[in-house]
Amino acid sequence: MSRLWWEIARRSFRRASSYRLATASGVFVNTVFGYLRASILIFVATAAGGSIRGQSATDLATFAFVSQGFIMTIGAFGDHELAERIRTGDVVIDLYRPADLQLWWAATWFGRSGFLALARGIPPVVLGALAFDLEWPDPLWHWLPFLASVVLATTVGFALRFCSNLLTFWLLDNRGVEQLLTVLISFFSGLVLPITLFPSWLERIARALPFASMIQLPTELYLGRYDGMEIVSVLAQQAGWAVALLLVGRAVLRAATARVVIQGG
Amino acid sequence: MAQVVRLAAVDKTYAVRTRAGRVRRRRREVRAVSDVSFTIESGEMVGYVGPNGAGKSTTIKMITGILTPSAGRIEVLGLTPTVDRRRLTRRIGVVFGQRSQLWWDLPLIDSFELLHHVYRTERARHDANLAAFTERLDLGGFLDVPVRQLSLGQRMRGELTAALLHDPALVVLDEPTIGLDVVSKYAVREFLSETNRERGTTVLLTTHDLDDVEHLCRRMLIIDRGRVLLDGAVDRFKAEHGNDRTLVVDLESAAEPLPLRTGQVLRTDGPRQWIRFDRRRTSAAAVIAEVTAAGAVRDLAIEEPDIEELIRRIYASRTEGSPGDGVGL
Amino acid sequence: MADGLRVYRLMVAAKIRSAWQYRTSFVMFLFAQATITSLEFVTILLLFDVVPDLGGWDRREVALLYGLATLPFAASDLIISPVERLSVHVRAGTFDRFLLRPASSLLQICAMEFELRRIGKLLPAVAVLWWAMAGVDVDWTPSSVGLLVLALTSGTVIYSALWIATASLSFWIVATQEATNAVTYGGQFANEYPLHLYPGWIRAVLGWIVPLAFVAYVPAVALLDAPNPLALPDDLVYASIPVAAATLVVSLRLWSLGIRHYQSTGS
Repeated sequence: MSRLWWEIARRSFRRASSYRLATASGVFVNTVFGYLRASILIFVATAAGGSIRGQSATDLATFAFVSQGFIMTIGAFGDHELAERIRTGDVVIDLYRPADLQLWWAATWFGRSGFLALARGIPPVVLGALAFDLEWPDPLWHWLPFLASVVLATTVGFALRFCSNLLTFWLLDNRGVEQLLTVLISFFSGLVLPITLFPSWLERIARALPFASMIQLPTELYLGRYDGMEIVSVLAQQAGWAVALLLVGRAVLRAATARVVIQGG
Repeated sequence: MAQVVRLAAVDKTYAVRTRAGRVRRRRREVRAVSDVSFTIESGEMVGYVGPNGAGKSTTIKMITGILTPSAGRIEVLGLTPTVDRRRLTRRIGVVFGQRSQLWWDLPLIDSFELLHHVYRTERARHDANLAAFTERLDLGGFLDVPVRQLSLGQRMRGELTAALLHDPALVVLDEPTIGLDVVSKYAVREFLSETNRERGTTVLLTTHDLDDVEHLCRRMLIIDRGRVLLDGAVDRFKAEHGNDRTLVVDLESAAEPLPLRTGQVLRTDGPRQWIRFDRRRTSAAAVIAEVTAAGAVRDLAIEEPDIEELIRRIYASRTEGSPGDGVGL
Repeated sequence: MADGLRVYRLMVAAKIRSAWQYRTSFVMFLFAQATITSLEFVTILLLFDVVPDLGGWDRREVALLYGLATLPFAASDLIISPVERLSVHVRAGTFDRFLLRPASSLLQICAMEFELRRIGKLLPAVAVLWWAMAGVDVDWTPSSVGLLVLALTSGTVIYSALWIATASLSFWIVATQEATNAVTYGGQFANEYPLHLYPGWIRAVLGWIVPLAFVAYVPAVALLDAPNPLALPDDLVYASIPVAAATLVVSLRLWSLGIRHYQSTGS
C-alpha cells in the first residue's frame, strides 16, 4: 500500500514541475512581496532603535523572505481540485476506490509540496539575500528542526484544506469558505505580520490557534528562537494540531460518505 | 447573384514550438490551410467537409475575422474580415458546435434578450424573429429554463436561435450536429434548410458527418490536410463515390472469406466479415440473401462510407488516373 | 459609446443574476474580501503599536495614504480586474466568442467576468478614508477636495491600466497570472506605506517603471503637511493626470496589439 502513496506523490511532484513559466512567475511574486515586507519591517525596526521585542532588523527581514519562501509549500492558499471533483460528482469514483480518500489527497498534496519546496522555497530567499542581510540557521543542525517543522506545517495546511474542500458536499460552492480560510491563515499565521509584533493579548490568541503552526513556528525555528527542549515542545505542538485536524478531516469524510451513500451521489 | 464569401489563394501557417531536450524548443512551421480558393454565392448552402484536423476550423475562423490569413485574400459580404471585424459581426451569425454563446446560469430567454441589445436589433424585428424561431424550433417549453439545465439538443436549438436573431446574411456553423441525437439532428437540419429557403440566408457548415451534407447542401467542398480536394455538386459526388456500401456480418463461427457474386469481402476478423457492394448494381437484399445462404448469420449491419474512407478513395482514384475524379474540378 | 455602456450594464446585470443563485458563497466571498482589505489596515495599526510613527507620519496620515491607495484599487478591482480572466479564455478557446460580437472585446470580458462580491473591498476603503479625512490636519476646502478627487480618479485609471496591460500579456504567453499579480496586488500593497520607507531602488521602480507612486504617495504629500524626506514638490500631484493618461494609452495599445497577435496565431 505504501508503494501506492509513493507513486501518487511522485506523479503529483512531476505534474507540478511541468508548469515552468508559472513557477518562475510565482517566484517573482513571492520575491516582490518579500522585498516590500522586508523593507517595511527593516524601516520599522530601525526607527524603533534597531530592534523590536528582541528581534533585529535582520531577523525581521529574514522572517519576510523565509515565510514567502514556504507559503506555497505548506499550501497556504489552498487547492480546489478535490472540491472540483465533488462539485462535478467525479468524487464518487474516488470513494469507490479501494484506497483511503484522505491518504490519497495527502499523497497528492505532499508530492506537489515537495516540488514547491525546491522550486519556490529556495529562490525567493536567495534573491532576498542579494538585496538584504539575511540570517541562516546557526548552528547548522538547526536546519533539521526547521525542515521537520515545515513538514508538519504542510500537514496542518493539508488537514485544514481537506476539511474545507469536503464542505463542498454540503455547500455546492465552497469557494467562499476557502477564501475565508485564506484570510484567517494569512493573518493569524504571521504571514502579513510576524505575530511577535502583535499586542501581547492578540499574540496569545494567535499562538493558541492552529495557524501559528503554519508559518510563525517554522520561521522561529529557522531564526533559532528556541533551543533544547523548547524545540521538541514546538514540534510537538505542531504535531498535535496536525493529528487533531487530520482526525477532524476523517470525521467530516465519514459524514460526507454517509451523505453520498444516502443520496446516491 | 452576389458573392458572399470569396477566398483567393489563402494560406495559413502557424509557428509551433515543440520541446527539444530539457529547455530548448524547436520552432516549426505548420501549414493549416494551403492555397484555398472558393466562392460562395448568395443563398447557397455549402458543406465544408473533412476529417478532424483538416483545416476546417481554421478556414471558418479566417472567414469570421478571428484569424488573419498568412497569404491570400478573403472577402466576406464585401468586407475584409479581420480589418472590418466589428462591422462584419452584425451581418454574420456563427455557431460553434462545441462552444456556447449562451449565458450558462440564466434562463434561455435572457440570452436572447441580451443579444438583442448587443446586436442592437429593432425591437419589433427581434420579437418577430424570436416568435418565429420559437415556433419552428419548439423552444416554448424551455425558454425559462437556465441553459445549464438544457439537454444538448435543446441547447443547440438555442444556439441556432442566438446566431440567427439578428438576421445575418451569412451563417457559419462549425459542427452543428456533433453529439446530437437523431431527433435533434433532424430538427437542426430542417430548420437550417427552411431558413435558407425562406430568408435567403447563405449557409456554410463544416461537418465530418456526410449525412448532414447529404440532407442539407447542394454543394460541398472536401478539405484534407489543408487543401481543397474537391469542390462540386453533392449529387454528382455521391453518384461517383457514394454508392459503395459495406455489409458487416457476424457469422456463427470464424470462416474463410465468403465467395460471393453480389459483393466482395474486404476483410475478416474472426467471425466478422466486411463485404463491399455497389448499390447501383445490386440491392442490399440480394447481398444479404446470398450471405445467409452461404452461412449461418448471427447479426448484420450496413455501413455507409465515412469521410475518411471517401477521401481515401478520391486519392486512390486520382493516382489511378481514373476519369472518375473530375467532379466539379 | 453610450450603446456600448448600455450593453455593458445589461451584461453585468446578467452576471449578477447568475451569481445570486449561489448566495451563501456570494455572501462569504463578500465578507472575506471586506476582511482581507480591513486586515491590511489593521496590520498598519499594529505597527503603530510598536513605533509611534511611520517615517514621521502619524496614524491618520498613513490612513489617508491607505485610503488613497485602496479606494482606487477597489474600484478598478471591481470594474477592470475581471480582464484578468483573459488567460483562461485564451487557453480554453472561448475568447473567439468576444470577437464575433459587435461590441468591444475588452468591455465584453470585463462584463462577462464581473463579480459583484468584489465590492467588499470598497467598504473598508471608504470607511478608512472617511476616518482619515475627519482626523487629519487638512482644511477640506473645495481645492483640497478637488485634489483628492483628482487623486482618486487618476489612481483608478492607473490601476485599471495596469490590469489591462498585465492581462494583455496572456495573448503572448500563458501561465503568467502570478507574475502579473505581483504588479497589481503587489503595487497596491506597496502603496499603503509611505514611499520613503523603501530603499532607493524600490522607490525608483515605483516612481519610474510602474508609476504607482502617483496613485497615493504623491497626492498624499501634496495634501498633508507631513514630513517629506524625498522633497517631492506639491505640484507633482498634477503630473498624475498625464501619467494616468499615458499608462491608459499604453495599456489599450497593448490590448489591441494582443488582439492582432491573437488573430495571427489563434492561441
